Amino acid sequence: MTASSTQTAERPAPPTGPGAGGTTDDPAAAAGTPPEEHTATQSAEEQEPVQDAVFDLRDVSVRYGSFVAVGDITMKVPRHQVTAFIGPSGCGKSTLLRCLNRMNDLVPGASVSGELIYNGENVHAADVDPAEVRRRIGMVFQKPNPFPKSIYDNVAFGPRLNGFSGDLDSLVQQSLEQVGLWSEVKDKLKESGHALSGGQQQRLCIARAIAVEPDVLLMDEPCSALDPIATLKIEDLIHQLKSTYSIVIVTHNMQQAARVSDRTAFFSVNIDDHQGMRTGRLVEYDRTTKIFNNPAQQRTEDYVTGRFG
Amino acid sequence: MSVITDQQPQDPPPGLRSRTRRRVADPAFRWFVTLTGTSVFIILAAMVVRTTTEAWPIFQHQGFFGFLTGDRWVSGGSRSDDPADFTGVYGAWPFIYGTMVTALIAIVLALPLALCIAFYINQLAPRRLRKPLSYTVEMLAAVPSIVFGMWGLFWLVPNVLRPFFTWLESWAGGFFLFEGPVFGPGYLAAGIVLAIMILPIITAIVREVIAVNPLDQQNAAYALGATRFEVMRKVILPSSFSGIVGASMLGLGRAVGETIAVMMLIGSTKSWDSSLLQRGDSMAALIASLFKEATPEGVRGLMAIGVALFLFTMVINVAARLLVWRIGRVAGDAAV
Repeated sequence: MTASSTQTAERPAPPTGPGAGGTTDDPAAAAGTPPEEHTATQSAEEQEPVQDAVFDLRDVSVRYGSFVAVGDITMKVPRHQVTAFIGPSGCGKSTLLRCLNRMNDLVPGASVSGELIYNGENVHAADVDPAEVRRRIGMVFQKPNPFPKSIYDNVAFGPRLNGFSGDLDSLVQQSLEQVGLWSEVKDKLKESGHALSGGQQQRLCIARAIAVEPDVLLMDEPCSALDPIATLKIEDLIHQLKSTYSIVIVTHNMQQAARVSDRTAFFSVNIDDHQGMRTGRLVEYDRTTKIFNNPAQQRTEDYVTGRFG
Repeated sequence: MSVITDQQPQDPPPGLRSRTRRRVADPAFRWFVTLTGTSVFIILAAMVVRTTTEAWPIFQHQGFFGFLTGDRWVSGGSRSDDPADFTGVYGAWPFIYGTMVTALIAIVLALPLALCIAFYINQLAPRRLRKPLSYTVEMLAAVPSIVFGMWGLFWLVPNVLRPFFTWLESWAGGFFLFEGPVFGPGYLAAGIVLAIMILPIITAIVREVIAVNPLDQQNAAYALGATRFEVMRKVILPSSFSGIVGASMLGLGRAVGETIAVMMLIGSTKSWDSSLLQRGDSMAALIASLFKEATPEGVRGLMAIGVALFLFTMVINVAARLLVWRIGRVAGDAAV
């Protein structure tokens, strides 16, 4: 893991305060939180309060059967910012992400306890329609997964599904323009989405997700199947999108978290010695600059400097 | 280690020439496999040629299209090979029609049901129930058709279908498909039992086809706010289309060729009627019921029916392939 250590040293010091990768265009982020440092002894959740939260998680635990995958998560996800979930494999960060839009419902045996408040409503309340939740909270997956349909039909899929009754052509164009794909595909909208390159496919999937005009975009390791250039394009795109959407991104790539996110949540695994149960826990959650430059917890520091993985 | 050091002195490493086993056995195996592979053609050709030559005088006697469209069937008693001496009339239309109608009823009823069952087993049924359910479906597929026929004739028709037909006739008797009188056995009775018979095979195949549907595409649709029904209709069904057509064709093939159950349930008359409640006969059932008492000339007539049945299944097969190919192209499915 020496490579990671070097990276941390070389990293062009994610600037503290505004200016970190386009944070400036977000007034809430810049004005809401004073850049002063808290003492490192406080518990993870309370360090810098999120002013305008899109998600408010209170003691959220996710179980598969009797196995607790993630336990007791309490955190607030800010609106119109990028929040990154980082941590070693098996720490439950993807699981938690999938709870935010109830994609976890589709996994047999999964159950969620605690309160997961989205815009004042508990997402997991019994009378909530999961399809409606997912329409508001879109998702981009690890592997680009366009439908075996034309590029146009891929983007139009969501709007058609939700009974969109406007100018579909211009909505498709708009969505593709937003992800910077329009100029590349405008002459071949009738061709299959599978004919595109991996990076283009992933941007198509993002266009497909934003075509239903969601409020939040969840991204589950969106770049892990892409080459560095395609990755860079997606990261640029994330910067642009956060003025319109609140974004939560799971990533294994710490530099990526440092580059794209405003806030970072570090998860790790607690192993129960008696039962051998591995439970994901939120170790530290703070502004990204703080997590990477001056983390409060030793475990966070070990992880971001590459001494633990 | 010890084995190798023991062997080395007695058994010098072989050169590049192969040993006897390879020199003889491998080519022999290849010949054998090639022979079995090509035997498919030989069997098919032998069958087609034989039945067609047997049936040829009938086609000469009636004319090929006369045979297909004629609606009178009277077996003649001559022993001659010469079509000029034939005394019978051979029109296969009532039986072609009977086969078509019963198979169509069967597939129209069975396919949507099979899709629903397969979808339930794959997507909605509790995990513990999935295996037992799919085993049960496969077991149903193995029930011999005579059992279905008996069950249909002695239980289903008197207890369920006949009351249902009576109601249907009183309610929609003016409509040409449901004109009375009600007998019980008939096109619809045969078609319904056929539907039950082909349901398991279609379900089993459809279930496997939709089980391999890529999960990430389903997830993509769910993440856009699709309901389970929408995921099935807009993601799973389109990409499983060719498999579903294949399953239907297998079911249709079984329905077209099914003999004994249809024979028991279709009512065995040599006429045809537009009403589904009336009795008729199918090609396979006609052959089965007539061949024992058939005169030499009559056997030729039945051979001709056999040829027609073979052509019929061939047309269905080709149509299915065209359908798959056409839809595949329209969908612009670069992934396949």
